[in-house]
Amino acid sequence: MTDAYVVGVDMIKFGRFPEKSVPQIGAEAALLALDDCDLTIQDMQALYCGNLGQASAMVGQRILQQIGQTGIPVVNCANACATGATAFREAWASVKADLHDLVIAVGVEQMGRGLLGGGGGRSGIPKEGLLGSGTMPSVFAEAGMEHTRKHGTTFEQFAKVSVKNHHHATMNAKAMYQIETPLETVMNSEMISYPNTKLMCSVNVDGSAAAVIASEKKARELGLMDRAVKVRASVLTSDPWQERDLVMPDVNTCTRKAAAAAYEMAGVGPDDLDLVELHDCFATAEILHYENLGLCADGEAGRLIDEDEVALGGRIPVNASGGLLSKGHPLGATGIANIYEVSTHLRGEAGKRQVEGARLGLTHVIGLGSACGIHILERVA
Amino acid sequence: MSAKPLPAVPYLKIPDTGDPYLEGHKCDVCGAIFLDARQVCAKCGAREQMRAIALSNTGKLYSWSIVYRSFPGIEVPYISAVVDLDDGATVKGNLINFEPDPANIAFDMPVEVTYGDALGRKDRDGNAYLSYFFQPRTR
Repeated sequence: MTDAYVVGVDMIKFGRFPEKSVPQIGAEAALLALDDCDLTIQDMQALYCGNLGQASAMVGQRILQQIGQTGIPVVNCANACATGATAFREAWASVKADLHDLVIAVGVEQMGRGLLGGGGGRSGIPKEGLLGSGTMPSVFAEAGMEHTRKHGTTFEQFAKVSVKNHHHATMNAKAMYQIETPLETVMNSEMISYPNTKLMCSVNVDGSAAAVIASEKKARELGLMDRAVKVRASVLTSDPWQERDLVMPDVNTCTRKAAAAAYEMAGVGPDDLDLVELHDCFATAEILHYENLGLCADGEAGRLIDEDEVALGGRIPVNASGGLLSKGHPLGATGIANIYEVSTHLRGEAGKRQVEGARLGLTHVIGLGSACGIHILERVA
Repeated sequence: MSAKPLPAVPYLKIPDTGDPYLEGHKCDVCGAIFLDARQVCAKCGAREQMRAIALSNTGKLYSWSIVYRSFPGIEVPYISAVVDLDDGATVKGNLINFEPDPANIAFDMPVEVTYGDALGRKDRDGNAYLSYFFQPRTR
């Protein structure tokens, strides 16, 4: 089986673009990724599109209507917050299977503002605030408090995640916010669902990201190996049965399962990684995933954040981009935007936030419901 | 309009005589408990082995959040609680009759299920609903 390489990858600066359509926003990233490898849409053999908000509206085809209707196959996919990673993985799989040797994956989302989740059923009466809370901040608060229950993790430790990621974003011009956010500011911002304050919730933004994937032969033919990034592992899992499933979505087991499979596929372990972009949809979630991804032993996540091991300059920098907490979280774009981030470090092009000498990186997303997507990427040149 | 209140969720049962209760569906093969009626067990895959059971009215607080921001019209703050019932099922609901202060809430605090009007919420046809809540258990 051929190896697959990311040869072109980019994202737009995340923000709010109510005047643009979803395909227009997606088209911008597609063109940026094509420009990144000096190719055109005429060179692409298939397009894999990830978008959640207009999942039934043929977003991939409408992107081609913006940038070139070449008649290639288009696959539209939706997989909650793992949507972008799923589109990327489908593109990767088509190259691995020798179906295509040059394809593009695009993730795009246009978000409203405010609380996600908690909508409840279609009949009867609203359940939010009657049978607990189904909003995303609450669901991830309860998942965080489960960690507190097991390991004594504190509100302050959860809050430090947000301080770190906001700091990282000050070095990322494509992040939604570039604002230093001290601990007291995070802890004193509006409490949404304890222990998640407003600044511990990911930012709802519009955004897009895209990646061009080539087979090894094609990448060499095109002379694109110098900046190519090898996809060492691509894994997607769903949530295995857990006893509290029905009331408490489990983001841990599917991540652990995906991580184990990804490390095996790549033939590496967590200690080999130079950086990680993980799914910090809420500050509480990031803490859980240090352990789920094996960056530390169970119960050590609090220490990791306390001792700056996961900050830039630390042992294993996490979310150097600023993460979903400060870069922003356009649901369908997130799983490709984090591939852009890791690839940029592996290419040595991350500027002020560059993880020096980065050779191997991991991306992780969780779509609640649940889907976990993990990719391990390696520098080639 | 219904003469008596309707159940807020399908797994809340209101018998003609006797007290309301929460209903689970237990797999006779592996023991997994679900809140919805089903043909197949999602844990072990066994078919036609599900049995309806009345869930315990007592349990312990497994995890929680205090909700300060919700949708318009929903009274905050309140405690969103994940409770492990004594028979092994896990149910989510509001923890009431308890001050919503993080300093006071203890994991594994004993709670009981209590039943009452669904905070005055009515459906489009004006029907009233019966819901369930958790409250601290002293005995």
